[in-house]
Amino acid sequence: MKLASFIVKRLFLMLLVLFGVSVLVFVISKVIPADPVGAILGGNAPVELVEDLRRRLGLDKPLINQFFDYMSGLLKGDLGTSLKTNRPVVKDIAEFFPATLELAICATLLSVVLGILLGILSAVYRNRFIDHFSRVFSILGVSMPVFWTGLLLLLLFYFRLGWLPGGGRLSLFVTPPTKYTGLLVLDSLLSGNMEAFKDALAHLVLPTIVLGYSATASIARITRASMLDVLRQDFIRTAKAKGIGKRLVIYRHALRNALIPVVTIIGLTFGGLLEGAVLTETIFSWPGLGRYIVNALLVLDYPAIMGGTLFVAVIYSLVNLVVDIVYAALDPRMRI
Amino acid sequence: MENTQVGKTEISRWKPIIEDWKHTLYLWRRTKLAMVGTFIVIGFLIMALLAPVLAPYDPVKVDLANRLKPPSRQFLFGTDQFGRDILSRVLYGARIEVWIIFLVTVISGTIGTAVGIVAGYFGGWIDEVLMRITDVFLAFPRLILAMALSAVLGRGLTNAIIAISLVEWTVIARLARAEAMRVKSQPFVEAAKAVGASDLRILLFHILPMCVSPILVQLTMRMGTIILTAAGLGFLGLGAQPPTPEWGAIVSDGRSYLINHWWISTFPGLFIALVVLGFNLLGDGIRDILDPRLRR
Repeated sequence: MKLASFIVKRLFLMLLVLFGVSVLVFVISKVIPADPVGAILGGNAPVELVEDLRRRLGLDKPLINQFFDYMSGLLKGDLGTSLKTNRPVVKDIAEFFPATLELAICATLLSVVLGILLGILSAVYRNRFIDHFSRVFSILGVSMPVFWTGLLLLLLFYFRLGWLPGGGRLSLFVTPPTKYTGLLVLDSLLSGNMEAFKDALAHLVLPTIVLGYSATASIARITRASMLDVLRQDFIRTAKAKGIGKRLVIYRHALRNALIPVVTIIGLTFGGLLEGAVLTETIFSWPGLGRYIVNALLVLDYPAIMGGTLFVAVIYSLVNLVVDIVYAALDPRMRI
Repeated sequence: MENTQVGKTEISRWKPIIEDWKHTLYLWRRTKLAMVGTFIVIGFLIMALLAPVLAPYDPVKVDLANRLKPPSRQFLFGTDQFGRDILSRVLYGARIEVWIIFLVTVISGTIGTAVGIVAGYFGGWIDEVLMRITDVFLAFPRLILAMALSAVLGRGLTNAIIAISLVEWTVIARLARAEAMRVKSQPFVEAAKAVGASDLRILLFHILPMCVSPILVQLTMRMGTIILTAAGLGFLGLGAQPPTPEWGAIVSDGRSYLINHWWISTFPGLFIALVVLGFNLLGDGIRDILDPRLRR
């Protein structure tokens, strides 16, 4: 199959899945056993008020009409109005998502660079010190709960040593940079606000480490396994036999083939980052989408729950689509 | 027909199986990390089993005279803001984690296997529909879907278990489908069809038994992840509710007291990490043992 038709087929599948995702999100919101109106107004609200809110939320209509309203809203990019912030959910997401994106980008950079490096070193120097170190580091990384690592680092570097800030994206006394992208590090650079740049960077250190650690660990594990697998194969022996230097064999011949499965794991890791972000943001009071969803869930703010989870699912699916396409471009065997 | 052959053939039929087990045991003993993992998991199960005997105090009894006591000989892991002994809470917490793992494994294993073998065996549009449904569930990051399900079902341990199961079954479904597809083209299935066995019979007595062992292996390898998800839900307040001594929930209890009372969050978190480590080492070990390259 040609790459182009593969992409078309994959896109079509994604649209189908996203339709299913919106149905599932709708179903989830209807399962809520607690009455959302009661949750907002409290138990003793007058009947007229309850009726009025039900009408405004469209809850008085039959379920099928509610579903069509919801779907047509989605197509117009309308996710409803948050019951808690009283603003359109789309606006809320636009405000909270850049914070999550900034964190996720930093954590991805850290985990891809460090993870692949550790994985290669581990495979090339198998059973030597660096391999043992990297394997212990990795297995701990996939075993330690994110929220616990976060709390311990917070305890050490903020409460005890006071080296790094404890939470949020910016200190109170720092003037926020002009908003261009919503990514504070980038915005402060663009507006030449060096104080905000340093402060934003310092705030990023701990959350990035916490979020990036488990991702680093899984990337290192996959890279090592994949690299060992490739190094065992015949064409590597041939390359060595031809007298090509070790370095060239490793980087030119082995690494290129070993990285194919790593591409997939990077995609999976991104999903892991999205869920890790929920926990990391909670610990570091990071005003991102993860915290937004958790807060919505705790008060059953269902338009926000639906909008938030749907948005995350769309992002996740898009990343997976990109991963599949890259994978297919790298390895023609996958285009089936 | 098999049962009519007794005596000599029976012995020779069992011999290779015993040899195989011996070889597995040999490989297990050679993979030291798998041994360590096994011992951690066994220790965890013993903790859960003997919690009432081992725990020095009642895990939920409030004792305000002894609140926020640091670790000492009297309270090995210290006490929390209600004067509850952290060690006792951690020990009883092990029972809750075992309960979660057990139920999630059974529920997600059953749903996943059923969906997977039906999809793989029948193929065609049934397969398409079931696999697209699986894809829909896979389109969410796991924890986020589990959070949403747990919250809308009503926060609590049981609903958290249901929520995690509804997220976990997809992994098993994909595996079971692949296994069923592999098995269904084998001659003995053709033979069963030829003698007129019904689809249900073929699924239950011919396909299912052939899929069981890879599924069990996969379920074992998922157990660490299950604990992490459950603890994450508990930590966020979307899983087990107080005063249930779920480990993630205890870590969350200690958050506001972290500055001066580090022990409340630290010890339960340490146990989560240790047990997940145990399951991961065991899982890696099983994978290595099953790896044909090592089976020489």
